[in-house]
Amino acid sequence: MMVLALALTRIRNMYAVVMLTGIYSLLGASLYVILDAVDVAFTEAAVGAGMSTVLMLGTLALTSDREKVTSSAKSLRALFLVCVTGAVLIYGTLDMPHYGDPAAPIHHHVVPRYLEDSGREVGLPNVVTSVLASYRSYDTMGEAFVIFTAAAGVLALIGRSRRRRRPEDGDASGETAPGGGSGS
Amino acid sequence: MMQRKAVIRVTSKLLIPFILLFALYVQWHGDFGPGGGFQAGVIFGAGFILYGLVYGVHQARFVIPAWVTRLVLALGVILYAAVGFAGLFMGGHFLNYSVLAHEPTHGQHLGILLVELGVGMTVAAAMVTIFFAFAGQDEEAHGAEWD
Repeated sequence: MMVLALALTRIRNMYAVVMLTGIYSLLGASLYVILDAVDVAFTEAAVGAGMSTVLMLGTLALTSDREKVTSSAKSLRALFLVCVTGAVLIYGTLDMPHYGDPAAPIHHHVVPRYLEDSGREVGLPNVVTSVLASYRSYDTMGEAFVIFTAAAGVLALIGRSRRRRRPEDGDASGETAPGGGSGS
Repeated sequence: MMQRKAVIRVTSKLLIPFILLFALYVQWHGDFGPGGGFQAGVIFGAGFILYGLVYGVHQARFVIPAWVTRLVLALGVILYAAVGFAGLFMGGHFLNYSVLAHEPTHGQHLGILLVELGVGMTVAAAMVTIFFAFAGQDEEAHGAEWD
């Protein structure tokens, strides 16, 4: 993943960058599988590696496939900022409990109750689903609304441009069929 | 788009039914294994997006018109909220599924199945909508041919 991340910063061809991002996501998904988070891995593989790659390719088709070269002074400032942020983040991880530590707070708060009682209360073998869809269903509903809003926002921004653009072209065909296929 | 590439067309035609079937499996089997509405929605949407990539957006729009995706997009969210309100009206809290059936666990099963279906519908429709919004733009800009 480190090699990929370094390659991503060096490559200027956007198609290669998009593909490498997809591979990066797939490696991340494998990492989640190693950490026994199969549901998260599934989502990462489907969304990170699959869907966002397709969406980025779609965006690239609309824009240019070459990255603009920025001045080195700007890059240095950005590098400094990234290093500071990374140092702060690493400093934050120093306080975190070790992976798999039974005394970590995440294993104490509500998790034992979910693990022990969800079989009786909800009756599903997959506790992740129980937590997501039953105990935390407000959150999941919020997520569903976020996705709905995202799609509605995309539709509002670029979904109807065909109808607007045609008359500006002065093309007579635009006026004859204003309703046809405007939904994409 | 890639109308003339026979290998891609045939392979994707073979693959798409299995992608959709796998999405349905992930959708309905999310209670027992990894998966759920979100992942299933993405996979289901990916099936249609693959179709759109290979056969072109116009052809894909013929298969699923814009009003269908928009309807499903809204219906998914409405289904989720409706399950919540159903719990409210049947004497529980908002989004408490235990009151939906005689047995609390059966109610939980039913509620989770329905809200996952709602999430899946919204996610699948959102993916298809967003992709076709982008791809439709492109077809406009460069004409109908795009590889």
